[in-house]
Amino acid sequence: MSLVSNATVLLGKELRTEFRSRELLTTTVVFILMVVVLFSFTFDTSSGESRKFAPGLLWLAFLFAASLMLQPCFLREQNNDTLSVLRLSVSDPFAIFLAKLAANTLFLLFTELLMLPVFSIFFNVPVGGVVPQLVLVFFLGSLGISVAGTALSAISAQARMRELMLPILLLPLLTPVLIASAEATAALLDPAHAFRKDWVAFLAIFDVVFLTALWLFGEYLLEE
Amino acid sequence: MAKRAIWGAVVVLLVMVSGYANFFVAPTERSMGEIQRIFYLHAASGWAGMTAFFVCFVANIFYVLGRKQKWDWIGVSAAEVGLAFTTVLLITGPIWAHPVWGIWWTWDARLTSTFILWMLYIAYLLLRGMVEEPDRRALLSAIFGIFAFIDVPLVFGAIRWWRTQHPQPVIMGGPGSGLEPTMRKVFFFSVLAMHALMVLLLSERYRLEKTREEFLEVQREAEVG
Repeated sequence: MSLVSNATVLLGKELRTEFRSRELLTTTVVFILMVVVLFSFTFDTSSGESRKFAPGLLWLAFLFAASLMLQPCFLREQNNDTLSVLRLSVSDPFAIFLAKLAANTLFLLFTELLMLPVFSIFFNVPVGGVVPQLVLVFFLGSLGISVAGTALSAISAQARMRELMLPILLLPLLTPVLIASAEATAALLDPAHAFRKDWVAFLAIFDVVFLTALWLFGEYLLEE
Repeated sequence: MAKRAIWGAVVVLLVMVSGYANFFVAPTERSMGEIQRIFYLHAASGWAGMTAFFVCFVANIFYVLGRKQKWDWIGVSAAEVGLAFTTVLLITGPIWAHPVWGIWWTWDARLTSTFILWMLYIAYLLLRGMVEEPDRRALLSAIFGIFAFIDVPLVFGAIRWWRTQHPQPVIMGGPGSGLEPTMRKVFFFSVLAMHALMVLLLSERYRLEKTREEFLEVQREAEVG
């Protein structure tokens, strides 16, 4: 099980790097907050309207935030010349991806959960009673974003105009995640609080499909 | 050279015959009238575009596994040609939709997923423009191409599922089952003609890419020497 132990050590490294500077988390939280506030100008924020539009807007904000947050993922390694050392230190390069996508999922989930009460207050959408289900949807959605996003940030880090390329590559690819997460969230926030198993299963399928693709093809992205 | 010319002439002939068949052989559709004839170009281009994207996907996989330059050349050629046919699909669609549905565009499952597909391959070509080193460009774009193609069924599934939850303004019947026999023959002939055109464009584009890379190679050698 060297893959899991390697990935765990690397995940520790990712978390340590982040918690020393907290750059990524603070900027992402501020960014989502800003987008959520700006959204309030674009539609009527009465409770009925909010329930209809807010879940989609919330996930759009998460998606935009993720496309910014994922930028430094491989760029940092590249700028510090640590990528080759990283590759030499593990037997399976998939461990590097696993660690990075786990870290990105945790960061995203953390910021999303931090924003949830703020969102609930701002848009007058009560979330009490469905928090565990929401956490599950947020987790599966964030995992999907992170799996595809970690792979694509390894691609965009090697291209010119990388800051622009990552969202261009990532956003169309994540359409299924956006739809499924927004639909599942909207159903949960509805007064009926329906738990849409079909959309949750769809998110899980997306995660598994892209994890498999990353496992098969990811190592080629780390070639020098 | 002679082979290319003959092949080109055959494709031109096929496209012309299918154009003739669209206008003069196929019967006029009862409710939509003459405008329905755009269907033969519209749907046949769509099918040819999908085939081209599939060729791109296969070429991408072969490139990643074998690292032969020719697979990269096939990949980029197929992506460009597929994008051209999908663009025809997206342009003829609204031309047909406007008189029949009364609107140019609707966020229906098929339209939306085709649009996302189109954007994914634009992203693929944009990415190629942003990487200088040829081997790196080939590898990165091949992997993105693979990701994009496996995303297609998920995009289609999600959008279809999501949109069919809502009432749709118009429900299009699929081609094939509901088609009148002559229309069906004309349609499949159009599909053949468009595929022949697609193969011709792809092989010409491939030749161009190959010549360009060989030229750059010679240029590099000359600079070094």
